Amino acid sequence: MTTKAKELIAVAAILIFSLIFYLGKTFGWEPTEFSTAVSLLVVILLLASLLWILVLTLQGKLIGRRVVFLYVGIAVAMPLFMKLSQEMPVSPAVQGVYDAVTELEPGSKVLIACDYDPPTAPELQPMAETFIRICFQRDLKIIIMGIWPQGPQQANLALEKILAEPDIAAKNLQYGIDYVNLGFQAGNEFVIQRMGGSFKSMFRTDYGGIPYDELPLVRNVKNFSNIDYCFNLSSGFPGTVEWVQIAVDRYDVELGAGNTAVQAPTVYPYLSSGQLTGLLGGMSGAAEFERAADARVKGTKYMLSQSVSHIVVIAFVLIGNVAFIMSGRKSALKG
Amino acid sequence: MITAIVGITFVVSYFIPHFPFNRMDAWFADWFSIIQACAIVLGALNLLKLSAQKVIGKKKDWGYALVIILSFALITIVGLSEGSDYRDPGTGFDWLYVNMFIPLSATMFSILAFFVASASYRAFRARNFEATLLLIAAFFVMIGRVPVGDVITGFMPEGWRLSDLANWIMDYPQTAGQRAIMIGIGLGVVSTSLRVILGIERAHIGSGE
Repeated sequence: MTTKAKELIAVAAILIFSLIFYLGKTFGWEPTEFSTAVSLLVVILLLASLLWILVLTLQGKLIGRRVVFLYVGIAVAMPLFMKLSQEMPVSPAVQGVYDAVTELEPGSKVLIACDYDPPTAPELQPMAETFIRICFQRDLKIIIMGIWPQGPQQANLALEKILAEPDIAAKNLQYGIDYVNLGFQAGNEFVIQRMGGSFKSMFRTDYGGIPYDELPLVRNVKNFSNIDYCFNLSSGFPGTVEWVQIAVDRYDVELGAGNTAVQAPTVYPYLSSGQLTGLLGGMSGAAEFERAADARVKGTKYMLSQSVSHIVVIAFVLIGNVAFIMSGRKSALKG
Repeated sequence: MITAIVGITFVVSYFIPHFPFNRMDAWFADWFSIIQACAIVLGALNLLKLSAQKVIGKKKDWGYALVIILSFALITIVGLSEGSDYRDPGTGFDWLYVNMFIPLSATMFSILAFFVASASYRAFRARNFEATLLLIAAFFVMIGRVPVGDVITGFMPEGWRLSDLANWIMDYPQTAGQRAIMIGIGLGVVSTSLRVILGIERAHIGSGE
């Protein structure tokens, strides 16, 4: 079979699966969920097969990278159907964000800067949803903006979901009074810098085109001095680093952040220096935040996938090292 | 000359945020936003031009270029036909965003998991002392960052479990390393910025000299 034919088959298979999933979503099919016993059985089988690969490696039979890909695929996908619960300890970095937002007085204005797009949404969207839920539960006023084009649109998806939850819907929150989405503004870190002087200079209208002065929530918000807390969801440049360097250092904004797992290590220095009140790092940060807020939803569910995939990667690192040590021993014997 | 004026203005306005520097700072920031907004359009048009050239010349993988052009046309037409509320829930643009753009983008990013796993399998080898140290740190952070780490060390007192060890690695050795890198980058940025402001470095305006 030619490569072209294989590519076409792969594309056709993906299209068929996508169509099935779309139909399931549209017609509200019940999600498939393994029972606890089946879930445990799947995990045991996975671990047993990894042990078998280790034995094969010890016998000198090395596996190819396609096998690694297959295992990662299984480790990520299968736990999404499993019914296993995990206890997540809340780290001090995550507790910092939770404490900062829960200490705010009702009516305080919170700025949520959504600087991310769909590729990183699996990690950052659960953080956005939990943060918005906490704000609404505590009667905080939310102002959303973004210096990434798709950020405010992602925030709208989170808003739509949280506003539909019964306890939040009962509050009958009004757009423009309780929350507002100012939308995207081009200009990277210069947008943050200009917001230090005047929000209105950067956001003449909101996301839907309503003039800034016609929005009661922000009518009297001139600059960062009128904001009680700021939360930045970031997946790269411009993001948390720029918010710290400009909003925190120049305008004394109190800032918390939610970052992708890849980016989080780069902002840790700002956490220990006190420039960030707290940090949610990757999927584990999202799951810990949900636990702190006592709302175990998306992040907690996805965390099982991450747990299993981490175990698989660690197992392959160990197997790789066994192969490495054995190859060294063989060459030493030959030498 | 323009680079020098803008650069010096930003440096001075940081330390003297008063008239006229604050006003100039605001002007230049606004100009940057305008230029960036134009650059987004320019980038999109450039992508279209390159894709069209690929399709017309039937170059390698021209089929993918055709998909780019068709997708670009589809989302533009749908967006423009729905007026200013094109992003509202229930619109065609929103449907395309939620059901096509989000899953496709997430799929592209998720490929990273496969590459990271494959790279870890092949690269994390205990070749020497430094590599072994990296391997051990990676092992503890990976296992400590997921709940299973605490399940394994559940018998240990609080503060001594794998999650605590992972937090310690992230808070101290990792942060120290990051700080060193940041200081290095900071010094590099200062020296490069000075070269740009003084006109010694002109690569950004297309000059190789």
